[in-house]
Amino acid sequence: MKKDLRIGLLFALPWILGFIIFLAYPVLASLYYSFTNFSILREPSYVGADNYAELASDTVFHKALINTLIYAVGAVPLSTVVAIGLAMLLNTKVKGMSYYRTIFFLPSLVPMVALGTLFLWIFNGDYGLLNEGIRAANLEPPNWLGDPAWSKSTLMLISMWGCGQAMVIYLAGLQNVPVSLYEAADLDGAKLGKKIWNVTLPMLSPVILFNVVMGIIGALQVFAVPYVMFPGGAPARSTYFIASYLFDNAFQYQRMGYASAVGWVMFIITLVLTLLALKISDRHVHYETE
Amino acid sequence: MGIFGLAATLVVGAVVTGERVISRQDRTDRVTVIYWEKWTGSEGEEMRKVVNAFNESQDRIFVKYLSISGIDSKTRLAIAGGNPPDVAGIWGDQVVQFADANALTDLTELANNKGLDEDYYIPAYWDGYVYKDKVWALPSTPAAIALHARPDLLPPEVATPETFPKTFEALDALVEKISVQGPNGSLKLAGFLPSNPGWWNWAWGYYFGGQLITDDKVTIDTPENLRAFRWIAKYTKKFGSKEVQSFQGGFGNFASPQDPFMSGKVAAEQNGVWKANYINVYKPGLEWFAVPMPYPADRPDLKGRSNLSQDVLCIPRGAKHVKEAFEFLSFVQKQDVMEGLCSAHGKNSPLAKVSEKFFDTHPNKYIRLFDQLARSPGAFNIPKVGVFPQISNEMNVAFQEVNSEQKTPERALADAQQRAEIIWSTYRKQVLAQ
Repeated sequence: MKKDLRIGLLFALPWILGFIIFLAYPVLASLYYSFTNFSILREPSYVGADNYAELASDTVFHKALINTLIYAVGAVPLSTVVAIGLAMLLNTKVKGMSYYRTIFFLPSLVPMVALGTLFLWIFNGDYGLLNEGIRAANLEPPNWLGDPAWSKSTLMLISMWGCGQAMVIYLAGLQNVPVSLYEAADLDGAKLGKKIWNVTLPMLSPVILFNVVMGIIGALQVFAVPYVMFPGGAPARSTYFIASYLFDNAFQYQRMGYASAVGWVMFIITLVLTLLALKISDRHVHYETE
Repeated sequence: MGIFGLAATLVVGAVVTGERVISRQDRTDRVTVIYWEKWTGSEGEEMRKVVNAFNESQDRIFVKYLSISGIDSKTRLAIAGGNPPDVAGIWGDQVVQFADANALTDLTELANNKGLDEDYYIPAYWDGYVYKDKVWALPSTPAAIALHARPDLLPPEVATPETFPKTFEALDALVEKISVQGPNGSLKLAGFLPSNPGWWNWAWGYYFGGQLITDDKVTIDTPENLRAFRWIAKYTKKFGSKEVQSFQGGFGNFASPQDPFMSGKVAAEQNGVWKANYINVYKPGLEWFAVPMPYPADRPDLKGRSNLSQDVLCIPRGAKHVKEAFEFLSFVQKQDVMEGLCSAHGKNSPLAKVSEKFFDTHPNKYIRLFDQLARSPGAFNIPKVGVFPQISNEMNVAFQEVNSEQKTPERALADAQQRAEIIWSTYRKQVLAQ
């Protein structure tokens, strides 16, 4: 038994070491650094809660926080609706469905930097593909990238591109919905809308909760696409997010202590929102085992 | 030896062997100097030629050249990790930030011993290597900024360097005359746009007599800077904020034929000495000329202003072969080597003494103008403060807010002033007081 344990630990050792060295230690170290003035090149000096006090009055941090929350509020529901819609379409019995499923999943595999570059072309205000289409419909297209009023909406639309991962999970959830429930609904004379509202969504609610929580966490960490598409949070910091501010403080301004404080505040906000989502879900999520 | 002993031996073995493999010398008969440089492509290749020439010039030192992306942050991390390169090619505007962070080796004595002092360089460039009376870096290639114009897009009476407008007021009148907007207001041709290419938004105030830092105080909201931002706002009002944004959204990359100047979307633009190299590659045969940046009509004393920038070589703190690294740095400073490199990069020389051959064979036909601008009393560098990246960001945001009509120039500069004061005060407390 002891030998089995040792061999088991040995096999798990790479992961355990990786977890301790690359995750647990940096997380704890960042908590310590958040109470210091630390530029990497000098020894950290303890400053108490100064970094957190500075954050409270930092207007750029507030702007980045508001931008991040607005983005999350827009992107998470949008991605959820699109992913559920796609999953429902891909759950129908159509010839060649496995190909359609692959096609709709593939975009989520595109690396973020490539995605940012691609969408720079598509959303270009002057000669972008999207605006060409809008002009063809005799409408005045917006300047997606250059107008502060549209830049965040652009990123929300782009976030839909990566909904393939969630879509696959919804699809698996849909396939677990017992057919007998739909048959019962048919006998009661329920139309499609009623069946979706009273059968599909309640049965899918645990999966929706999981994807929404993951979506909130992902949206609060948004970084790569805006970093590529809107350098410096341009225009006028309308796309400057918390992760961008953390990165700039850590690696551009050499304020690792302050960046650590930003990270911990963000962690607390993420935790609170996640707990809130779980609390709200109590009344709306139905588990089969209940 | 148990299974844990075997695992531990393997891990230790891998670490030791790995370190040896990483730090192996390419030439065991010479001291290897590791040189990290940001350049890739043709600029990187030209620097590699200089490295090869140095390696062939003697038999004691071997410089190993590596192109590194994100060189500033990687160099900082390498210094913190105790294993920095011996030479790092960083941007000139990072010298003060690196020096304040205790990241650089003081080169004062080494430079003095080699006669590399203020007399050897153009004063404004030399100023960029010195901070707190110490030399922290030496140049690789420098640059100066001027106004570039396309005669084919100008009326004949102003289509030469001699007749082109000299003042901002005259430039504004020309822009009014030659810019073309469609019936719905969409821009077809802009005579000039302050937001293009948008690389030096921090510097506009200097052309109107302002500064960002004066005697250790943030001076962003001074009347001179405000005048500059009102001038910027005038362009937005003239063309329309949305029209400018949409027009600029169609500008291609500066290193491509779709560059707005090369593709004929703007008739004049602020740009660096290197512009000629890009024109020669992407739009050979294009007619253009360069003139000094304009000055306000009531401030002739501001004639000939040019913001300077440069790439520099430094020796990070903790470098293993400081003397050998400096041997390489001083080799690059030789007049013939420096002129060869600057010419290949399309830049002017930072050295006080420049050969006629350099001017005669340089790919930029206006190289004498850039040389004069760098030597002019109106030449200026970035403010010597370690928080310049943050202050530059604040100026960029203020510029964008004015350019998109989100804020008035007064409001935008007042906000930038307030932010910059906090940043500067925190920096003084947390970094300079240490």
